[in-house]
Parts: sequence; structure tokens; C-alpha cells
Amino acid sequence: MDKSNLPQSPEPSHHWLDQPRNVNRIVKGLYLLCGLVLAVDLLDAWLGFKQQIHPEFARTFGFYGVFGFVCYVGIVLGAKQLRKLLMRKEDYYGE
Amino acid sequence: MSSWPPGLLLILGGLLLPGLPRNIRRFGLVLLPLASGLHLYWLVANGFPEPVGLILFDHELTLVRIDRLSLVWGTIFHIAALIAAIYSWHVTDRLQQAAAPAYAGAAIAGAFAGDLLTLFVFWELTAVTSVFLVWASRTDGSFRAGLRYLIIQVASGVLLLAGIALLAGERGSAALVFDNLWDRFQEGTAGFWPVTLILVAFGIKAAFPLLHNWLQDTYPEATVTGTVWLSAFTTKLSIYALARGFAGADCLVWIGAVMTVFPIFYAVIENDLRRVLAYSLNNQLGFMVVGVGIGTELAINGTAAHAFAHILYKALLFMSIGAVLFRTGTAKASELGGLYKSMPWTCGFCIVGAASISAFPFFSGFVTKSLILEAAVDNHYTLIYLVLLFASAGVVDHSGIKIPFFAFFSHDSGHRVREAPGNMLVAMGITAALCVGIGIFPGPLYRLLPYETEMAPWHTYSFGHVITQLQLLLFAGLAFTVLMRNGIYPPELRSVNLDTDWFYRRPLPAAVRACRRIVDRLRTHGVAVTGFFLERLRNALRELFGPTGLLARTWSTAEMVFWVSILLGISLVLYFL
Repeated sequence: MDKSNLPQSPEPSHHWLDQPRNVNRIVKGLYLLCGLVLAVDLLDAWLGFKQQIHPEFARTFGFYGVFGFVCYVGIVLGAKQLRKLLMRKEDYYGE
Repeated sequence: MSSWPPGLLLILGGLLLPGLPRNIRRFGLVLLPLASGLHLYWLVANGFPEPVGLILFDHELTLVRIDRLSLVWGTIFHIAALIAAIYSWHVTDRLQQAAAPAYAGAAIAGAFAGDLLTLFVFWELTAVTSVFLVWASRTDGSFRAGLRYLIIQVASGVLLLAGIALLAGERGSAALVFDNLWDRFQEGTAGFWPVTLILVAFGIKAAFPLLHNWLQDTYPEATVTGTVWLSAFTTKLSIYALARGFAGADCLVWIGAVMTVFPIFYAVIENDLRRVLAYSLNNQLGFMVVGVGIGTELAINGTAAHAFAHILYKALLFMSIGAVLFRTGTAKASELGGLYKSMPWTCGFCIVGAASISAFPFFSGFVTKSLILEAAVDNHYTLIYLVLLFASAGVVDHSGIKIPFFAFFSHDSGHRVREAPGNMLVAMGITAALCVGIGIFPGPLYRLLPYETEMAPWHTYSFGHVITQLQLLLFAGLAFTVLMRNGIYPPELRSVNLDTDWFYRRPLPAAVRACRRIVDRLRTHGVAVTGFFLERLRNALRELFGPTGLLARTWSTAEMVFWVSILLGISLVLYFL
């Protein structure tokens, strides 16, 4: 560890990501990409590029997007509940 | 040298290195995996060589057996050892410089073992050598964690030996050849107990559910470089052992599915990022165990490919968080953040590792995990397929987003540190290049796989596959954004979470202490009572050891070895407690 590099108070920074405006741009970019992959998914009805996707129900429009979103939220909310049961102080084992 | 097991050079080198000057030790550590890798490819240059046999106490052993399955593991183990050696260039600690190559060599030699007894020797050698990478941290916590690790690893070896003894007792030494034990069990040529004991032995090192916690307990306690070495070998050797010995064992499909799911919940709430990665490692092993359980050619190819890619991206993630720990002195998410400003290269490499483990198109995980998912669908494991998709969404969270986000972005922790040392950057750069290279050009990896099946482009870059995978990943990312922006995502807190190690760190020692107190009390105050019990004990012992007693019978060597193994295991546990 570099002893000279201990935590310091963050000074005003000019880094690109320190500007909330830029963070918002990234988030908007993500929304756009999500919309784009859904829009491409719509084209499957004409182009049939999901013919090789199995099982068949997974070819439903937006299946993977909805599944990913719901599972992610479920995992995080489930883990939050689990924390109430499992979390202990850092020195719990006395080591 | 044609009869030397691949990996032996590393083991011997590990023994020699501590006696050499510092700079030679550094070069030696990097040159050893190169020399050992050249040795392996010299052996296979003109096709697979004949197995190398040895007669030992009437047992016919096969020290070296090189075939397509073992070659996948042998190859990636050498690459991992070379990368870890470069990453460890700055280390001058003789203990680590000796233990690390010996450990890698033991794992490589274990992968080429042609019989169970040879496997056992290298199985135990990986345990004994690797524990020094934990103890090298030289803290009280690492010493205790190392002891727990050693006991569990040795217990795995003891169970393996017990299974081998029973197998040899039942069927003779010919039964010790290391092939598909599950098939032999199904055909009735191997008994239930030996096969079960060997499966549990493999399961301990593969971190099966409830047998898993040595992994999360120990890896975060090892040194910065030690964790990188540890992440590559022990668990993947056991995946190899499962692929060799239990391909098609359908119970593994369900065990693997559970393995993919439960660690992700722990990973979400864990604060120590190296422990998050250990849970993530456990989750990835689950995918491989599912592949072994399905057991078809495609599934075994998927398991081998995923093990190959996994060793690289997991090492990359451990290296990047290790570099953060090296520079800032902490790997706790609650104390990190904003490091992209001071460690941009490390941040970039971490993101490559995160994209690879999340199976983003054009990164390695995408072209390997899909083989296992495809095999699950092909074999009508629809529920398992959905479980694996669920776990894939979990991977996006704990390794794809949480690791890079909380270490390098999130709130600014105020750490103003230098970029990682040059050797670490080189090691991370090579690994990141391999992750991207495999993702874009999977052909060479596919050609290395155990079965020469037709690897159609569908398995990787059909338009439908790319779009559906992007949907899963982007919407998981969207979920993170929504939860984070609405303050629902759990904050990183200084804490520990109870896991199965709680049983042997809290109630079990308490029970042993209570028993000890009772015995002491009886010894001091209960002479009359104990006299009565002593009389009964004497009679019982006479029945057991007398001329007609149970133990006076003639026992076979195999049975004796079995019971000695069990007693050894029990005494180890009691010694620790």
C-alpha cells in the first residue's frame, strides 16, 4: 500500500464522470439501447432471426429483456431481505 | 523427460527457487510455466503419447495420460501460471515464490493423472502447497482461515483415499483407473459407497452447496497475488475430475443449478470485493457442474470451454481488485470508489473482465457459456435453462456491475493512488487481450475442446443469439440503474454475512468446549460416578477387543485403510477445534 495515498477529501474535480449532466447522458444512452434492442426484436416477426432460439416460448417478443429486468430486481430485493437475517458486525468472529 | 508428468518441472522449480538470489527467483517464477508448457507441447507434438505407467505395491498406476480432455486443462493451467507469475513479479517473499509454482505444478500433474491414486497424491499436494499462499499474508485471520482451509482440503483428500480403498477392495487395483466412475456405478462395476465418497471428495473442492464456504472464507485472506494463483487451480482441477469421473451424472445438473443461484444473493450483500468474487467464482462453477451433469459431447465441450474462459476472466477480476488492494490497502466496497481517476488502466481491465463474465457479445464468456445453455435446452432441461438465465442476470449484478462500479466509480472515496505496477498491468493486459480474443475468434479454443463436434456459427454469433443476449444484459443494467437512482439498491456496509462456516466457527467449538468442561468436572467431582461407568466401559472394551471381539476378526487392508482414513479425518477436525 502506498502510505502517501491514504484517503483524502475529494477536491473539486474536472473528470468527465463527476458532472451529473454526463451521468444523465449515459443513463439516457442506456435507455436508448434498451429501446433499440426491443425495436430490433420487433423485426423478428418479418425476418425470423430467432428461429434457432430454444425453448420456443423464449422467442416471445421481449422475453429476455423482461426476464433479465425482473430477475435482477428480484435478486436485489431478495438479497436485501437476506441481509436482515445474515448480516453481523465486522468483528463478529473476533478475527 | 518423456516420462515426466507435465507440471513436475514447476513442482521441482518451486522447491529450488527459495535458495536462489532475488532476481533469479523472479525470472525463475516466469520461466517455469514457460518451460513446463514447452515440455507439455513437446510431449504432444507428434500426437498424444502412450500413457506412462508404474507398478507400485502390485498396483498398476498411470502417472501420465494425455488426451484431449486433460490437454484443455493442462493448457489453461500453464497460461494461468504464466499470467500469475508475471503479476507476482514484484513479490520477493520466498514462501510465496516456492508455494505458487509447486501448487500450479501439482494441479497440472493432477489433471494428467491416469489413475485415482496418482490423482490423490497431486490432489493433496495442491492442498498442502496452496495453504502457504494464504498464510503468506501473515495475519492472525489468515492463519486461522488457512487452518480451516487445510483441514477441509485434506478432508477432501481423505474421503478420496477412502473411496479409492473401497474401490480397490471391491474390484482390485484395475478398478483404480481414472475413467467415468458414474458409468461404472450405473453398470454395477463400482459400488455405491466408493463412488459416493469420491464424488463428495470432488464436490468439496468444487465448492458444492453446503460444502462451499472454504472458498469464500479463504480466498479473501490470501495475499494480493496469492488469490490470483488460488482462483485458477483448485476448483478447476475438481471440475476436471468431475468431467472425467462423473460426466452424465444427472444429480450434478441439479447440484450445479443450486450452485449458480445461491451465491449471487450473498454476492449482492457482501462488502469485501474479493469475497464477492469468491461467491461469483462459486456461481460460475455451478454452470460447469451443470454441463458435467448433462454429460453430452456439447455439454462437456461447454464445460471445458467455460473453465478455460473462466480461469482467465476470473483471474483478471481478481488481479484488478488485487491491484486496488495493493495500492489502497483495502478491497472493501464501503471504502472504495472513484478510482477510475487514479487507476484508469486497471479500471479498463476490470471492465473487460466484468464484460467477459457477464457474457457480453465479443467477450469470452459469451462464446463458452452459451454451449452449456444450448446443451441444457437440447436435453430438455427447460427449468434448468431458466435457472441458468436467472443466474446469468445475477452475474451481471455482482461481477458485471458491482465490482467495477463500487471499486472504480460510485462515490469518490478520496483515494489518490498511483496506477498499478507495470508487471500487474502487463499481466492484466495479456489476460484482457485473451478475453477479447476468445470472444471475437473462438475457433482456436473450440478446436482444443475434448470432442470434435461441429461447432456451427449459431453457438456464437447468430443474430438472434446476439440480440437476445444483449436484451438480457441491457435490461439487467437498466434494473440496476432504476434501483440505484431510486435508492433501493442496498448500500455497501462494513459487515460479515453468516454462511455455512458459522457452524464450525461458532456452535461446534462451543460444543467441544462444553464437553471439555463436563469431562473436567467429572474428573474432579464425580469419582464415584465415573467408577461405575469405568466398569461398564471395561466390559464393553472386552467385548470389542477380546479373543472373540469384533476387532479380533481378520480385516482386509482396504477396510483398514478406509477406517484409518476416517479416523485421520476425525482427529484432524478435533485437533483444529
